[in-house]
Amino acid sequence: MKVSVVKNILEANDRIAQENRAIFDEKDLLVFNLMSSPGAGKTSLLEKTIDALKEDLKIGVIEGDIQSSQDAERIAEKGIPVVQINTGGACHLDGNMIRDTFKEFDFDALDLLVVENVGNLVCPAEFKVGEDFKAMILSVTEGEDKPAKYPLMFHESKVLLINKIDLLPYVDCSVEKIKEETLKINPGMTIFEISCKTGEGLDAWYNWVREEVKTRRSARKQ
Amino acid sequence: MHEMSIVQSLLDIIQEEMRKHNAKLLRSVRLDIGQLSAIVPESLSFCFEVMTSGTELEGAELIMEIIPLRGACRDCGREFEIKEYAFECPHCSSPHIDTIAGQELSIVEMEVD
Ligand SMILES: Nc1nc2c(ncn2[C@@H]2O[C@H](COP(=O)(O)OP(=O)(O)OP(=O)(O)O)[C@@H](O)[C@H]2O)c(=O)[nH]1
Ligand SMILES: [Mg+2]
Ligand SMILES: [Zn+2]
Repeated sequence: MKVSVVKNILEANDRIAQENRAIFDEKDLLVFNLMSSPGAGKTSLLEKTIDALKEDLKIGVIEGDIQSSQDAERIAEKGIPVVQINTGGACHLDGNMIRDTFKEFDFDALDLLVVENVGNLVCPAEFKVGEDFKAMILSVTEGEDKPAKYPLMFHESKVLLINKIDLLPYVDCSVEKIKEETLKINPGMTIFEISCKTGEGLDAWYNWVREEVKTRRSARKQ
Repeated sequence: MHEMSIVQSLLDIIQEEMRKHNAKLLRSVRLDIGQLSAIVPESLSFCFEVMTSGTELEGAELIMEIIPLRGACRDCGREFEIKEYAFECPHCSSPHIDTIAGQELSIVEMEVD
């Protein structure tokens, strides 16, 4: 007997992500899902961003790693609320893991929640967690061919941070080429060129985050 | 290796559907996999085999169809295949493209007894 069942396989996760999203909306919280390959600079970017914005915005962080709580410890040093998720092998965070952290946070006391996903350029793009948008980092040491090789993440993200530009003199990587390839896949992508080491380019990013929080807030008021 | 979690979700859906239809045996299941989805069909097959072996679903055939990327232009209204992940209208060069196919990750049909 043939049974026709047109169903999204990730429907269960999508539903939980939607429920998470409803809670974030109700709490007037901007949430972004930060993704990159391992070591591209997600935690470094968060450290910088928290230092720059913590006077203006109340920030919370969820750290996703397969193992260890080192990233959460780095964030906790900044004196902001952070919860570590250890996926115990899974290469991405999903809606359920995010929901399990809610009891650890007081969302009324937050403006911005950042989810640092597991370092991986493939899988996290497929699993929604309830975020307003996805943000991704590509570091220049990874090479300019990454947009073409991992199109899904580049297509799904709203903003791309090209990190470690302080290393450009030492690597054969063209930022122009990364931008060109990225805009082919995602013509609407906002792109920043940054160095978390020297701080170059970060002011523009901070301002962009401030604007996003503001825009989201006024959109919800309507 | 997120294929593992995807197969788990797939098995959950299959089992629920089989219960609904009072089916005892799964012969085959057919999936649509969009070209843009980050799925490696071989890994999915492999995980499916491993995760069904020793269960009542063992031996079922997993049939996967890769769905090419298609877009619709918001400016000129035409539909076209998106080649090499270039999200630009080949007719009017507009960058305002809606993806109408190629992102699916869905179960479409099962054959059961
Ligand atoms: N030269 C240079 N090094 C950087 C820069 N940003 C980060 N790093 C270094 O890159 C390494 C990895 O940075 P992290 O911030 O831990 O990267 P991550 O993406 O959080 O890594 P995972 O969470 O393990 O995936 C560290 O040694 C950082 O000091 C940069 O802009 N320039
Ligand atoms: Mg990190
Ligand atoms: Zn057009």
